[in-house]
This record gives sequence, C-alpha cells and structure tokens, in this order.
Amino acid sequence: MNCYLCFSPIVPEVNWTNFLLPVIEKKICRTCEEELEELPAERCPMCSRPGEGLCGDCARWEETLPGVLDQNDSVFTYNAFAKELVAKWKYRGDYVALEALETFIKEKWNVLNRDDYLTVCVPLSSERERERGFNQSEKIIEMVGKEPAYLFKRIHGEKQSKRNRRARLEAENPFSVVKLVDQPVIIVDDIYTTGRTIRHMASLLKENGCPEVRSFTIFR
Amino acid sequence: MLSYFQRKKPQDFSWIPTNPVPHPYFDLAGKLLLQHEIPYSEKQMLTLVTKRILTKTESIEQHLFQKRCRRCGNTQAHLFAELPHTTCGKSCVYCRNCIQMGRVLECEPLYIGSANVQWPIYEAPCVWEGTLTPGQQRAADDLTALVQNCSGEHLIWAVCGAGKTEVLFPAITKALETGKRICLATPRTDVVRELQPRLQKAFPAVDTAALYGDSPDKNGQAPFVIATTHQLFRFAHAFDVLIIDEVDAFPFHNDPTLHFAAKRAAKREAAVIYLTATPRKEQKQRLRQKSLPVTFIPKRFHGHPLPVPVLKLTPMLHRSLNQGKLPQHLLKAIAAQQTTERQLLLFLPSIKKAEEIASFLEEEGYEVKSVHAEDHHRAEKIQSFRNKEYRILVTTTILERGVTFPSVDVYVIDAGHVVFDEAALVQISGRAGRSADDPDGEVRLYHIGKTDEMLDAVEAIKKMNKLGQKL
Repeated sequence: MNCYLCFSPIVPEVNWTNFLLPVIEKKICRTCEEELEELPAERCPMCSRPGEGLCGDCARWEETLPGVLDQNDSVFTYNAFAKELVAKWKYRGDYVALEALETFIKEKWNVLNRDDYLTVCVPLSSERERERGFNQSEKIIEMVGKEPAYLFKRIHGEKQSKRNRRARLEAENPFSVVKLVDQPVIIVDDIYTTGRTIRHMASLLKENGCPEVRSFTIFR
Repeated sequence: MLSYFQRKKPQDFSWIPTNPVPHPYFDLAGKLLLQHEIPYSEKQMLTLVTKRILTKTESIEQHLFQKRCRRCGNTQAHLFAELPHTTCGKSCVYCRNCIQMGRVLECEPLYIGSANVQWPIYEAPCVWEGTLTPGQQRAADDLTALVQNCSGEHLIWAVCGAGKTEVLFPAITKALETGKRICLATPRTDVVRELQPRLQKAFPAVDTAALYGDSPDKNGQAPFVIATTHQLFRFAHAFDVLIIDEVDAFPFHNDPTLHFAAKRAAKREAAVIYLTATPRKEQKQRLRQKSLPVTFIPKRFHGHPLPVPVLKLTPMLHRSLNQGKLPQHLLKAIAAQQTTERQLLLFLPSIKKAEEIASFLEEEGYEVKSVHAEDHHRAEKIQSFRNKEYRILVTTTILERGVTFPSVDVYVIDAGHVVFDEAALVQISGRAGRSADDPDGEVRLYHIGKTDEMLDAVEAIKKMNKLGQKL
C-alpha cells in the first residue's frame, strides 16, 4: 500500500484487536492525514467558514441575494496542504488523488444525512472538460454513492481561480438551466471560496421554483 | 520473477527515430513533448509530422506484466492510474509519477523532435583566465579527449572544493568549438541557479538556458543547457555531451526514473560525464569492476587539506532539542565562535528543528536566519549570508552541497540522525575552508553517540587528505 498523495509506503498498524482480521486498505499515510485540518465546531452557520457567528461575507450575501443558498457544508479547511492537493487533483488532472480523502468525505456525508436531496453536478464548459478530462463535481458525487443530476449548461469563461475576488463577484452568471426541478437539491463541488459559483446556480434554481438549495464542498 | 528479469534488461529506446531529419526548428530539437507543450498550431504540427521533424509515438508502453511511461520510465504499478476520460469516452491509463510536468495519458501521443539541427560554432568561447592545478589539468585533458571521441562515460571524483566546475571548461570549450550541444544536469535547483551565472560569465558569447521547476525559461532552446535532472524528462536523444554534476545527490541517486531520463536525453553516441565528491555504492562497484573510467582529484584547488570533522559527544542533546533549545556548553561554543571573523553554518536534521533553533538563537541575541526546502526566499537569504549581512545560518541538508561561502565554521547538530549519511557529512564538512584566503575552518559534529556514518565520513576525509599529500 502506498499513500495516494505522497507515494510513500503505508505500514498498517497491527495490535491485539486487529491482528487476525484482514488488513484494511488505507489510501493516505499518517503524515498527510495530519496535514488535513477538519473544520472547527465554531463556524459560520451558513457557509461553514471558521469563526464565530454569521461571517461578514454571508451577511453581505444576505443583503444582495437574500435566501438564495440555505446552507453550505464542508469537510476540511482550505489550508496550504489542501491547496496543493486541489492543484494536483484538479489542475494537473491526477484523477485518483482525491481517493485519499474518500473515507473522510463519505463519513461527513453520512453524518449530514442528505440522501433525500437531488445531488446537482457543477458543469464545466466543454473546453475545460476536454482539457481536464473529467468533471470534479461528478467524481465527488460518485464517491458518496449518488447519481449526478445535470441541470445546467455552462458557457466558457475564465477560470474562477485565475480571477481576483472583485472580478469574481462581479462576473456574469455563466450558467443556464436545462432541466427544471421542484424537489430540494444539494449542489456538490470541490471548494467554496467566495460562494459565487454556487450562488449563481442557486439563484437560477430558486427562480425556477426549487424549494431548498444546499451545497456540499470538500474544502472551505 | 519475470518482471525481475525484465527490469534487468537494458532500457529500450528503439522508439526514438535513428536517422533524425535536419531542420531549422531549434525549439523542437531533441524534445519529447505532449501536444499542448508544442508552440505550434495543429495544422503546422501536421506538416511537421509529415516532414518527420516531429515523430508521434505511443506515450505508455504495454509490457507483459507491466507498463512503462515513455516520458519518465516509471514502471511501478501503483504509479499508474485510470481516468474515465470524457474526451475519448473510455477509461484511460495515465502516469502519476511525472504528472507534475503535465499529464501523460495513454490515448494521447508524445512528440519527439528531431535533434538534427546545426547549433552555432563558437570560436574560443571561454574567457576564463585562471589556471588549473596539475590535478585539475589531468582531469580536464581526460574529458577533452572524451568529448573529442564523443562516446563513452567518465567519472570525475574530486574532493569538495577541488574546483570541479573549472575542470569542465576545456571540455565545454571543445564541444562548443565543434558545434555540439551540451547539457549540464544536476539534481538540485539551487545548484542550477548558482552555476548558470558562473558559466555565463566564463562563456559570455554562448547562448545558455537554465531550466528548473519554476524557471522563467521553459524552452531550453540553446546549445548549452543547464538544468535540473527532472527537466531531462522533456528531452530525447538531444545532447552530444551530458554532464551530470553531483551524481550521488538526492533525488537522482535513488530515483530510477531520473537515471532513465538521463540515459534517454543523451544521444546514442554521446559523451557522458559524471562529477562527484562522494561516489555511492553503484559507482564504487563499477570502479572496482573497471567498467567506468575515472580521474581522481584528491586535492583542493588551493592545495590545503580538507578540514577533518571533530566529534563532540553531547549526551543531553536530544532533551534540549525537544525543548527547542541548545545545551549550555554548545551555546558557549557558539558564543566563542562568534568572537572570530568567520560566520557560522549550523546544520540540523529537519526543517522544524532548524526553525526552532533559529528562533531560539535569535532570542539569545544573535543575527540568525534559517533556510530550508520550503522557504520561498531561499535564494535571497543565501546571497545575503554570502555578503556577510548576518552571522549565523541555520539550515538542513538542502545546503549540504553546491554552495560556497568564503569563510565559515560548520557545526552539525544531532549528527547521528539518519539524514546525515556518509556522503552528506563529507559534503557538509566540505563547506568549510573553501577560499584560498581562509583555507581552514572548524567542522564539529555534535552527537549523542558515534555512528558508522560519522566514522566513515571522517575516515574518507582523512584518506583523501593522505592521497592529496602524496601528489
């Protein structure tokens, strides 16, 4: 067994409770696991940002786009290690790297218990999808064992990560609805940074009569 | 068992065209690239392929029990993965080992650029005016002869501070005078950054390119390339002369994919030169078998012997280090050292320890900075230490080789740690006394018990000094 992130071999821990049982395959080594930072209990009730009470960003969102997004849940904070991981997985296209986090993501999903929601996939523009070869949101949905719902189409635009905060917030909505739904949905993506992408989609959904829009991301 | 034998088989480069077509595209010469790395449009590429200037090739080889990535030579099963590829609609294998340089996918070809371009011929390109010592001269003559024949391998085994770079100058001059393409590859980015200006100064008229992970130049379109060994992943049969500096350094010495890349980057008929101060097992074995010609330079360029490390037993060392402190008598030694002219170089086994000790010494009132692999201001900090802007530099094995400070004392703290192997300790000791003005320096190894590595290092240095005296 080797770690999916740093490729170093993983030595399984053997003790009196598991020495007779088959070895549980681990995909992440202890050093990498320690680098991951779980979200603290004290976080924004709306977007899960670490800190006390409703964060400034969400307060502003509530003024400009009230009630568009009901709640965001995330697994880890977006620290330096997470940045490195996302760069490797998404931008360089190392598809299987995310499997290192599989157990943590599944665990969080099960705790949240959002199985009744429709899992909505964030589409990529056809250009970006060709370049990357896969859709990151689809991969996460498959990982938690659900079927991705394709409700949107995306017009090609600049990468969000290449823009600064202001340009992001002022950007036009790149999505258009292709399918209407009237059941509660959960949008699944990799990172929640400013919340712009998710709110673009959420506002379209709410306009078209969707009762509840939540989101689930790995990093916040 | 079969895979064991397969691994022993010589690496097969028959997929690289044997009779490269002459052409004027210098930026494609000897390159091995993915489609998106080629700076031409699809239409232009098509004509280049029909002219056989570019050759399309399969990117991942299928063998009976294993795959091999043609760019990095990786064959380990766990470093290949599958991706449900939306573009071609099926599951495609890709290589995880070299993904840092762009993804190599099974369904996308690699392009080999023909290496047959006419590089400029320089007349007397070398303006360096120093003279070589007799030992250096002997090595330089051997290398010039090798470059002239343009085939075979040669090892230069020179002690730290023997002036290895200068030994290369006659051979490089020879190669440039005959229109050959040269690559000087080294495992460390810092060494590339330090060598490039030095070489450019010695060969001012020559077009040189420095290639490393985040270098501004990505193309390497020059007759003289100075690169990290990782950059060789983008070359195939490109160089007439390949010089590998510090062959024994991490990560080159224990990464078979880098050896694969180095072998592939050299042409079929090429002169391959290895430089080292501390050969590893493989090289020593080849020396004993007499399958690798060698020239030995046991004397430093200024003729003084290497400083021999002094072992200092410090039983309470770990307890202090765990508290982020140094033992009292070590502090006293540093205080005494600081009264002298020399600066102090402190080596610690890990990044975390280096930072802790640096902040501890700062609290004690010294001018201290720490430098390690994850430090973005590394280059500036090293430069300002060289300019004597501060007194103590705390570092990890990252600075064990390739860097020169004129006048320093070197203390290794916790020298029994696994990261300080024989080669590392010999190299670290070699940081002291490098200039002719101050050819001496004190090297102290603080430890909690002697290790074989420490004793071997001391022995190796003493042996070299003895050999140097005979000359």
